Formats: sequence, C-alpha cells, structure tokens
Amino acid sequence: MSQKKQIEEYMKQVEAFVEEAKRSTGFPLVPDQKTGAALWFDQRSLTLRYTISVERIRRFFEGLAEGRLLATRCRKCGAVYFPPQADCPRCRASDMEWVELGKEGELLTYTVIYTKPSSFAHYPDYAVGVARFPPGVNVLAWIRESDPRKLRVGMKVRWEVVKREPENYLTYELVPAEEEAEEVQGEEARG
Amino acid sequence: MPGRRVAIVGVGHSKYGYRNDVSLPELAWEAIRQAIEDAGVDQESIDYVVYGNVGVWSSEPLPAVVINEYAGLTPRGTMRVEAACATGSAALKAAYDAVSAGAADIALVVGVEKMNESPTPTVVELIGRAGNYFWEFENFGLTFPGYYALYATAYMAATGATEEDLCRVAVKNHYYAARNPKAHFPREISLEQCMKSRYIAWPLKLYDCSPISDGAAAVVLASEELARKLTDTPVWIKGVGVASDTSNISRRPDFLVRRGVVEAVKKAYRMAGIDYENAARQVDLAEVHDAFTIAEILSYEELGFAKRGEGYLLAREGQTYIGGLVPVNVSGGLKAKGHPLGATGVGMAAEIATQLRGEADRGRQVPVRHGVGVANNVGGTGHYAYVFVYSLNP
Repeated sequence: MSQKKQIEEYMKQVEAFVEEAKRSTGFPLVPDQKTGAALWFDQRSLTLRYTISVERIRRFFEGLAEGRLLATRCRKCGAVYFPPQADCPRCRASDMEWVELGKEGELLTYTVIYTKPSSFAHYPDYAVGVARFPPGVNVLAWIRESDPRKLRVGMKVRWEVVKREPENYLTYELVPAEEEAEEVQGEEARG
Repeated sequence: MPGRRVAIVGVGHSKYGYRNDVSLPELAWEAIRQAIEDAGVDQESIDYVVYGNVGVWSSEPLPAVVINEYAGLTPRGTMRVEAACATGSAALKAAYDAVSAGAADIALVVGVEKMNESPTPTVVELIGRAGNYFWEFENFGLTFPGYYALYATAYMAATGATEEDLCRVAVKNHYYAARNPKAHFPREISLEQCMKSRYIAWPLKLYDCSPISDGAAAVVLASEELARKLTDTPVWIKGVGVASDTSNISRRPDFLVRRGVVEAVKKAYRMAGIDYENAARQVDLAEVHDAFTIAEILSYEELGFAKRGEGYLLAREGQTYIGGLVPVNVSGGLKAKGHPLGATGVGMAAEIATQLRGEADRGRQVPVRHGVGVANNVGGTGHYAYVFVYSLNP
C-alpha cells in the first residue's frame, strides 16, 4: 500500500471513531492512541493552496516547453542565476538575458526520500540530487535512478525536461550518463 | 558598541516528548513557572516576553498572547518570533538585545512547540516546505531529513566518514538522554540498533533523526544590576553570533561546511574572547544542533573542535563524551532529548546554565573548570545560525 493510501485509511478510521464518539458522548473527544489522554478532534479543517507569481520569470517556463533549461544572466555584471531571478542584487540592475544550461553536469550530492511529505505520498521513493552545470550553476532536481547504490558523488549527469505524472506538467530531472551508470553497477558487482 | 551585560537568572524546562496530555499554554506554563520561581521574580516585574514558536502544526496562530494570558503575563509587551529550528535562539536574541539596550531590565524568553497536534505526514510536509518553497519543495518534495542527507552524502564521499560514525553520535546522545528525565527518549540504544533502523532519507536512518517533539523551555534574563540582586549564580551571556545561508541549498558552494554557522561561531567567540583554533580547551561543554547525526559532526568542525573533514573522528573516538576532548550534547541533544522547534534553543540555554551552576542530573554533570559553555542552534540546514557563549564570569 502506498504511503498516501495508508494515510487515507488511517484518517478514515479516526473520523469514523470521532463520529461514533459524538453520537455516544456528544463531543468529538477521542482518547490518544498512545497515552489515552483526551483529545478534541478539530471540527474545522483548512486546505492551503497558493497562487505563486511567476510573471517576471515566465520565460523559464517557455524554455521548458521548448525542452530547454534556462538561467538568467545579468547583462551588466554577468552574474548567472539558477533558479532564475529577475533582479541582480550584485549590481542592482534588472536587465537579464536568458541562457541555456550546458547539458553535461556533475552530481555533487544526492539522497533518496523514503519517508515522504503528505503531498508527495502518492509517488514511489524518489532520489533528489544537486548537480553542477555550465556556466557554473547548481540544479536541484529528482534523479531518474532511485537506487542509491547506483549513484555516486562526482558521476556525470545531464538534465532533461520531463512530464511530471500524474499531475501532468513539465519539469526537469537529472539523468545519470549511461556509461557512468554501468560503471557504478560494475563496481557494485565487483564489491 | 557593547551594551549592558545580560545574565540568565532563572531557568525552566518541561519534559520533552509526546505531550498530548497538555495544551500549548499548559505546556508553556510548566517551563514559565519553573523559570520565574528559579529567578525569584513575579510576573509584574517582567518588562518584556518573547516567545519562540514555529506553529502551523498547532492550532494557536497567536501563541504569545494566548500564553501571556494563561500565565498571568498580560499586559506585558510580547511577540512571537520564528527562525525555523533556531526559533528559540532567535527569541533569546531578541530578549537579550532588549535587556542589553536598556529597553527592558527583566525579560522572559519562552520557547514552546506542540508538533503532535498534527499527524506526522503533515509535520513532515510542513518542515519539508521550509527551504525554498517553489524551487525545492513544490516540484521535488524535499524533506528535512532529505536536506541533511544531501550534506551527509557529500560529507561521507569527501572524508571517509561512514554510516557507523553517524550512528555513534546517536548512541552517545541516547546514552546521556537515558540520564535526563526530561528527555523525549530517556533510553540507551546500541550501534547495531541504529545501523539496522530503516532509511528515512538515504543515507540517514531513523536513529540518525531527531524526533517530532512537544516541549517548552524558559529563561529569565536580567540586566547586570538586577542579576546581581536576584542570584548568586548569574550565567552571563558572553558572546552572541548570528548569520544566515541561502534558502536554496543548491546555491551553496559545497555541502561540507555550513558557512553561516562558521560565521556565527566566529562572531560569538570573538565577543567572548574564545580562540577559534583552541576552542575545545576553553569550554566545559557544548550543546549543538544534532537535528540529524551528520549535523553534530559538522558542528564539531564549525565550532573549531576538529579540523575540516575530521569531525567524524571525534565521534569515532568517543571524544565528545564527558572525559573526552569536550562534552557535547550531554543533555541527549535534539536527537534524544527531543526537538520541539521553538523550545530547542531556549532548552540549550537552560541546559548550559544548569550545567555551569553544577545542578545537572547525576551521570551527566560535566566538570566545570572554565565556567564556559557554548550553544549552537541552527535553523534549517544552516539557513539560520545562532551561537551563544555562556559564562560564570561577567
């Protein structure tokens, strides 16, 4: 069962229990599962969903649609920003050009997330890495390979624009270069 | 320009843990009552109250006024501050500044957190969102263990540290938590138990991670003149250092050292007259931010207790137990005493004051030779860095 299903099942059980408590005692009072302490089960709930302003970096998303991963570069001082930003704090100008990141990068570090946030509980375990790409910026993203034994610091990776499912939107991920992946597997087999 | 000297004159510390037996204000009151009784002051003599509380997982959005009312502190001036896991230290800094500047003679600092008012997956979600929301969480679902795992992977690859070395930190901190009745997990664990625990975010395992805790801590701060009247054992705040690092973890030059923490340590040491290169021999103990075992090892290096890349050797050699180079987290640390975010930094202050006064529990009181302790409280993965040096000498 996925973590999402487990959470949903658990919440259903709690809610059924609370409804029963209200019928029998008149209150949404439930004993704590671990300690038996009386808990008031909140009768109000709140869903948060934000609308995030991206107008000034809209070009970034157009780039993804073209299959390109774009950073901003300050036309005045040359500073490069990824994630892209519209203002350059270094020289205080806001005159940016968009530059595509080089394809070949190096993995600086990685992890595999097993215990997931509730809004990510529907995914299988996923790897997250940070890799450095020309012209010298770091990109944090999922890595296509989620077995930590097949990853290593310093391995060659490239970025790819991919469709994130099941949400169905474009994003980017890190992909181990094939010869590198084989090499790591080979080491594993020898080890 | 140095302001007035400021001392801790009273401390309070609730039991940390799964505290669904009490409400937020009831939990805070446990620590407040102890602190004001320890200081020998009443509510009327307190000029200013600062609360450290991250909240969101708990129901009260205005904890400062809710707790002020419950604790008989209305109409004292108050506010709540937030700096992720360093929230308690941010509250302490705000109160310290007020007393140091002469805006208050006596200030009360309260750190309190009730994380267990929400289910665990919600808490994992809320802490995971604390970084750069759009570029890290929205698309890639980072978690707090995940962020520190990025540091652990890079550190292990660069230094030769192993997963066993990380677990040794957990074993030590559980050893001391077993001697601290206020700890969330007052029990020892074995190296094997830690090594066999399941992965949360590779290479960090369950026992590498601090728990989701409820708890409260409080300290009373006073100006020099009042501190000397109130107590024979004021614990002076000798050094304060604050710094920050990027919200996007990817914007950092490496994952081996937290620049903000080093900066905060150096500022605090300079103010307190501690030599960075020789710091371990000038302090009696350190409380460091072991939200994850890797973080304690990074702290050894950032506090100047070990050279860069050699912090793990202190763990491997047991040098941070009492009797070693320098005792670290003999409270049990965040790892085993617990990590109720808003309370943590205030709890560190209470612990060091108690240790310097020679009043710690049996089996975990450090020998007090210099009368100096250092606290290193870190929000996020170095996003917020707070360091305090405490001393028996003004």
